[in-house]
Amino acid sequence: MSTIATSGRSGGKIAASGRGRRKSGRLGWNLLGLLVFVTAGFPVYWMLNTAFKPAADAIDPDPSLLPTALTLSNFGRALDIADFWGPVGRSLIVSLAVVVIGMAVGLLAALAISRFAFRGRKIVIVGILAVQMVPLVAMIIPVFLLLNDLGQYDRLTGLIITYLTFILPFTVWTLRGFIVNIPKELEEAAMVDGCSRTGAFVRVVFPLLAPGMVATSVYGFIQAWNEYLYALMLLSQKNQTATVWLGNFTTKHGTEYAPMMAGSTMMAVPIVVLFLLVQRKMAAGLTAGAVKG
Amino acid sequence: MSADTTTPAKVPPPRQAPPPPLLDAPPGKRPSSGAGTPWLLLAPCLGILALVLGYPLVRLVTLSFQEFGQSQLWGFKQAESVGFDNFTKVLGDSEFWAVVVRTIVFAAGCVIFTMVAGMLIALLLQRVSGWVKILVNIALVASWGMPIIVATTVFKWLFDADYGILNALLSKLPGVEMIGHNWFASGPQGLAVIMLLVVWGAVPFVVITLSAGLTQVPKEMEEAARLDGAGAWGVFRYVTLPILKPIIVMLTTLSVIWDMGVFPQVFVMRNGHPEAEFQLLTTYSYDRAFVVNDYAQGSAIALLTVVLLLGVVAVYMRQMLKIGDVE
Repeated sequence: MSTIATSGRSGGKIAASGRGRRKSGRLGWNLLGLLVFVTAGFPVYWMLNTAFKPAADAIDPDPSLLPTALTLSNFGRALDIADFWGPVGRSLIVSLAVVVIGMAVGLLAALAISRFAFRGRKIVIVGILAVQMVPLVAMIIPVFLLLNDLGQYDRLTGLIITYLTFILPFTVWTLRGFIVNIPKELEEAAMVDGCSRTGAFVRVVFPLLAPGMVATSVYGFIQAWNEYLYALMLLSQKNQTATVWLGNFTTKHGTEYAPMMAGSTMMAVPIVVLFLLVQRKMAAGLTAGAVKG
Repeated sequence: MSADTTTPAKVPPPRQAPPPPLLDAPPGKRPSSGAGTPWLLLAPCLGILALVLGYPLVRLVTLSFQEFGQSQLWGFKQAESVGFDNFTKVLGDSEFWAVVVRTIVFAAGCVIFTMVAGMLIALLLQRVSGWVKILVNIALVASWGMPIIVATTVFKWLFDADYGILNALLSKLPGVEMIGHNWFASGPQGLAVIMLLVVWGAVPFVVITLSAGLTQVPKEMEEAARLDGAGAWGVFRYVTLPILKPIIVMLTTLSVIWDMGVFPQVFVMRNGHPEAEFQLLTTYSYDRAFVVNDYAQGSAIALLTVVLLLGVVAVYMRQMLKIGDVE
């Protein structure tokens, strides 16, 4: 919201100072903006369009860009092709477990690196940043072998542990960003007034941190939910998660596109809505202070 | 300490004193919260990371110096060290170098298109009316939030040879007949489609981050530059760009790291079996390990990928640490 509001204001300033000359120019910019809107939004639109149109219309060689008849039959077919709720349930279990563990462990670590000065702090920060940069794909072989040795192949617990590799560094780093934005003076005031250090955290910092924690959790949840490669490699077909489920529409006999788009819609809509809710807060957290640097 | 000396002195100190308790508590007063506490707080996090990331990372390195195939996986044979054999084999393979070049060209294309498109759209958003800006933001956030697998699936459908909307639309142009055109028949064309998919998914993050940065560019500086005779390009080049530089460096390095690691897009687009022409370093390493069952060579390739990225990671880390220092 803040982005829109501030730039809207500055845009107004320009318009005010430039008056008529700007007005004619704006039409061209608006048209260009609409072009961006159509291009960026088209894949999403086409997914919804295909999902809700009769399967026969989807394979029309001259497809209509506007919605034709509205039907839910593709969704029924998508649910039929392979068990949907099993994979969704497994994805939920994995994502929630990862977020809960990640937040509990990550919050402690974030506090340590943002509120304490200690020898080795910088090394820990560098380490956590560096760890985030290791491409996950590169790790699949040793992780696969590790879980194989531990007897965790094809177990949800194995996947949960694995997902912590990318959720944890991210959680620590983002929470750190939210914590450093809470003035230390508030905590100090509480401690001067007789709170213990823990008390000051629970009563003063925690309430202020809660929105950031919610945003971080939701974002972490989305990341875990969307992960594909590890879910594919570490679980067998009968234990597949929601992302892998989407692959069931392509068989040797071809692809059933309309139900596949219905499946995609079912996968994407809840995630996009969640994402919309936290996106602004996360973008702010990720780049906080970036300009100052 | 006697009462008469402390009374006058006791009142002022607490005023100035409050800050210390947080960072360096007086040594005798609270020994427990001294050096130990932060490490205690960090312990679970570091423990988990050591298990799930540290150990596999070490294993990745050792693996790449061993012989490790099916028989070692099932425990029929002990993994034996083979020195640099895996690396010499990989580096001596002309296919590997073709993959490296392809990966770099692909990633460079993704990064350049993402950054340029992102910058142009961010600048454009400063000039459009409020309602257009809201529309564009909605489209951007929706495409940003789309799970990669869903986005890939949707693009597969858009570019379908027989029923894809893109071929149908292109065929409406006079003299163009694209129905039945298979975009994935050749590697370069197929990778271009995948590049488009990657860019489409990556642009929103860049636009939104740059837009946030643009609001912090002081209007007075732009006006001053304009008064001094700078054109639109001059203002951008000498005012906007330098101020945005930290963000741009961060976004570019992040994009390089992400785009060098593109995997599911290629994997799903080619139905789990990317052809030789579509192999990038990530899929190539996967292919060696899980299709050819040579886990050691796969690890060697993965390790080489990580090494290739180290320089970029260093730049990113420096930038992030600079930001960290400010606070």
